[in-house]
Amino acid sequence: MKISEQWLREWVNPSLSTNELSEQLSMAGLEVDEAAPVAGDFKGVLVGEVVECGQHPNADKLRVTKVSVGGEELLDIVCGAPNCRQGIKVAVAVVGAVLPGNFKIKKAKLRGEPSMGMLCSFSELGISDDHDGIIELPADAPVGADIREYLKLDDSSIDIDLTPNRADCLGIRGIAREVGVLNNLDVCEPQVDDVEPLTDVKRDVTLAAPQACPRYLGRVVSNVNVKAESPLWLKEKLRRSGIRSIDPIVDVTNFVLLEWGQPMHAFDLNSIEGGITVRMAEQGESLTLLDENTVELNDNTLVIADDNKALAMAGVFGGLHSGVTLDTNDILLESAFFSPDAIMGRARQYGLHTDASHRYERGVDPQLQRQVMERATALIINICGGEPGPVVEAVDNASLPKPASVTLRRARLHKVLGIAVDDNKVSEILRRLGMDVTESQEGWTADAPSYRFDLAIEEDLIEEVARVYGYNNIPNEAPVAALNMLPASEGTLPVSTLKALLVDRGFNEAITYSFVDPKVQDALFPEHKSLVLPHPIASDMSAMRVSLWPGLLGAAAHNQKRQQAHIRLFETGLRFIADPAAPSGVSQQNVIGGILAGRRIQEHWDGTDVPVDFYDVKGEVEALLSLTGKQNVTFEKAQHHALHPGMTAKVLIDGEEVGLLGAVHPQFTKMLGVSGRPFLFELDLSAITGRKLPDALPVSKYPANRRDIAVTVKDEVSVGALLSFVEKVGVNQLVGLNLFDVYKGKGIEPGYKSLALSLILQDPEKTLEETEIQQAVDTAVKSLETKFGAALRE
Amino acid sequence: MELDSIISQAKGQIDAAEDAATLDQVRVEFMGKKGKLTDMLKGLGKLSAEERPAAGQKINQAKQQIQQAIAAKGDALREAEMNAQLAEEAIDVTLPGRTVLPGNLHPVSRTIARIESFFGELGFAVKTGPEVEDGFHNFDALNIPANHPARADHDTFYFNPDVMLRTQTSGVQIRTMEAEAPPLRIISPGRVYRNDYDQTHTPMFHQVEGLMVDKNVSFTELKGILHDFLNHFFEESLQVRFRPSYFPFTEPSAEVDVMGKNGQWLEVLGCGMVHPNVLKAVNIDPEEYTGFAFGMGVERLTMLRYGVTDLRAFFENDLRFLKQFK
Repeated sequence: MKISEQWLREWVNPSLSTNELSEQLSMAGLEVDEAAPVAGDFKGVLVGEVVECGQHPNADKLRVTKVSVGGEELLDIVCGAPNCRQGIKVAVAVVGAVLPGNFKIKKAKLRGEPSMGMLCSFSELGISDDHDGIIELPADAPVGADIREYLKLDDSSIDIDLTPNRADCLGIRGIAREVGVLNNLDVCEPQVDDVEPLTDVKRDVTLAAPQACPRYLGRVVSNVNVKAESPLWLKEKLRRSGIRSIDPIVDVTNFVLLEWGQPMHAFDLNSIEGGITVRMAEQGESLTLLDENTVELNDNTLVIADDNKALAMAGVFGGLHSGVTLDTNDILLESAFFSPDAIMGRARQYGLHTDASHRYERGVDPQLQRQVMERATALIINICGGEPGPVVEAVDNASLPKPASVTLRRARLHKVLGIAVDDNKVSEILRRLGMDVTESQEGWTADAPSYRFDLAIEEDLIEEVARVYGYNNIPNEAPVAALNMLPASEGTLPVSTLKALLVDRGFNEAITYSFVDPKVQDALFPEHKSLVLPHPIASDMSAMRVSLWPGLLGAAAHNQKRQQAHIRLFETGLRFIADPAAPSGVSQQNVIGGILAGRRIQEHWDGTDVPVDFYDVKGEVEALLSLTGKQNVTFEKAQHHALHPGMTAKVLIDGEEVGLLGAVHPQFTKMLGVSGRPFLFELDLSAITGRKLPDALPVSKYPANRRDIAVTVKDEVSVGALLSFVEKVGVNQLVGLNLFDVYKGKGIEPGYKSLALSLILQDPEKTLEETEIQQAVDTAVKSLETKFGAALRE
Repeated sequence: MELDSIISQAKGQIDAAEDAATLDQVRVEFMGKKGKLTDMLKGLGKLSAEERPAAGQKINQAKQQIQQAIAAKGDALREAEMNAQLAEEAIDVTLPGRTVLPGNLHPVSRTIARIESFFGELGFAVKTGPEVEDGFHNFDALNIPANHPARADHDTFYFNPDVMLRTQTSGVQIRTMEAEAPPLRIISPGRVYRNDYDQTHTPMFHQVEGLMVDKNVSFTELKGILHDFLNHFFEESLQVRFRPSYFPFTEPSAEVDVMGKNGQWLEVLGCGMVHPNVLKAVNIDPEEYTGFAFGMGVERLTMLRYGVTDLRAFFENDLRFLKQFK
């Protein structure tokens, strides 16, 4: 909330500079965002009176004036403002004045006429953006006075970012009280006298929902002139508090809102049929609001109604039909207490948020309504004339909030804060905050004042004590705790280890948004129905990712467009798979994924410019999986909509699918904005963060024997299957198997390929005889012949 | 005299030899089976028994001289050959090596890793939780009932009134307290989401929440641990201030500012003593146990630490940005 510093200082005036005051408020929990000057930096501008005003001889739109600024001589000033006329009081920048932007006023001639200064608009003085014409000061403005002093422009507009619990500070009164507490100063409230009724015109008030509205005051003021203009002091106070002047009725209700934190409303009396009833809306009841939108009300919404219809959404927004217009003659003023529970969330339910709802849903002082009614009545009569009627107050005392009586135990205070605050200091702080305090053996019992409805439990008082005592006066200490050793399962492979491996292998970690473009995701993953945000930042950031791939592809495209020729990115995070059986209807799976695009290696003087291929991405996946120590890892040919049908594999551990890898299907590269052929992988982290504990075997002391064989098999034979078959074929002494060449072409029948394998044979107990070695090789070859139709190449 | 001439002849030839083969020929010529010295030794038999030992000794001395000369020359030749080979093999060692240069972690991960390390050393376990969260864990259990004005401040991404993207990682605190009994020390890093996008807000960002619940946890300790953390994180003695604030799930609550290089206070985290209602919601007796909690914005800390000026750079994943965080 924004307030004028001077206005605050009318209530309480500590000997602090603006900056010191701002700092003090911030350190008390009322965070000051900004203290901005209310006018530009200027000097030499005086109150003047236009004594003569005539047409400029050489320019249609200019006028020549004679202006008094209190001296003996009148100043000749040329002015172009349409509202410039004889008799008005104006702001005159005299010769020698400096206006905002270091604009110096000098003697000048405008189209041949001398001009000894300038008549200023509000915008020229940096006061507001109103540049419709020159400033018209009140008729009683003293000619010759410095305008800064006259308008009290050496003021700041202090913007305070209030936390939701401090609704009591949503008005000058509350902030003044806080400043009083912090500086040990008394607050001087303006004198509010009862305004004697001059008529007996009134409307009865019925509280049909007393829990939601336990107090409602109405007062008729007859024969008001809404066309009257709000005085400059009122407009200025509003402006410096961030509120625009509308008409005197609205201005006065806004003024008391700012001053006391109590919202008010004014109805056009003649639109009200019968009395006022404060009741819950009927479901579906219609109401056209002041912004001309018509809403259908829910029955959880409190309304102000007359005998026939709803007039306003209580505490939120007035109705158009009963609103005050320039033609209104008689008004009904409302000053009410609506309970926060009845207002909370209601405005939002209709997409509304108003100064009134903001305060009511946080809470206003339930004892303030009559005082504010008198304050507003006096101001309105002063500005608009009119005759007040009697105040009609309906109250349901049983439903009014009771001031809380809260006990604060000394032991608890010391335990929570960690220091022993002096007893007298505690009593003093609580009393200064307006509480009625009783000391006891164990501590204190405090009755909170009606405006501090946020004080309800012991912790609230502890916070108040700490806050006023000063957080920075509380020492810093190292926490003390038992040294409990944390378990660390060796069977868990930390994700950080997996990430470190990829980093070491040249990957950069990416972090992409968890929400992606549904068009892209639906195209790549038609098998999943995306979880879509109903109100996203943008439609292309609305679908929760079902894979890391859309984000990684986006990142690769971004980098390719910036001439990056060697892209290796990985990411870890959740993917979101719709699953009615999972909590919140979505299975949130932690995965690790990556993308390789462009050159296989960075451009190098000894390297070749080869693009990445399937075996590069497979190699990365193999490296990751090798960290798990698991033996039974297999890759099988697979299909996925997003991937090239001939370059897709699934990864299995112990027969269980744990991930997928492959080349991006060429049909999508254009849509994705990627060039070349990127390769992707994604693995389920829960399946690969389990690690096999080593189970050590003795190393054989006997020599190992290598035998190389070459076999031809048909092209379609899966080498992976062939290799794992050899490993399982029952050659006990086989300790190593390596495929060292795959060859097609000259010397090999078309449709066939030659595989060169090395078999490493070793026995733990003895040196193998040549015949045993040969026998083992023969067994392997024979089984390959039988199982895969392999032929041994001689 | 004959012997001297043989020696000088041999030495001359040894000096002249330019390679191992020539040198070997010299050896054969003088000391081979039919070599000149061999012949002379054979000729010893013709001498008298008295002359023989002296003559023999001279010949053997000559033989030794020549052998030494051959050996020395052999060494010299081999060294020259080695030098020639080495010179031949010399390369430009300034050419770039053949390597796969490592990449690096994302700066946000790097900051999280550092935070985990600082608190891990104090026995804070790392906990994570779901990002699509229910209203109970994101709001209700954190003392933010429905319609509470604080809910409006969260700019929540809702899927429906009870399912949302988490706006804070505090839900992990609740899940941990539901599952484990105090004493508890945890931190929970992760992604959080708010419906806000401009120069200083991205709809997704990262938080690290911390929680300590024990029998005598106090506000002085909260201040102490965060003060130490900030000084260690930034590796300099920073001016730090604790400013009263409000969070529904802590009381007393504070925001913590550090003094920036420009002389302005910068808010870096929020914290407070765990609200008794939060402890009650997870069946921990607030009379027996107290706790503190804190939450810090990872991007903010990362920006301050490394001089990053545009928040949005974190999620563009531009390699030219990422590769700076070696």
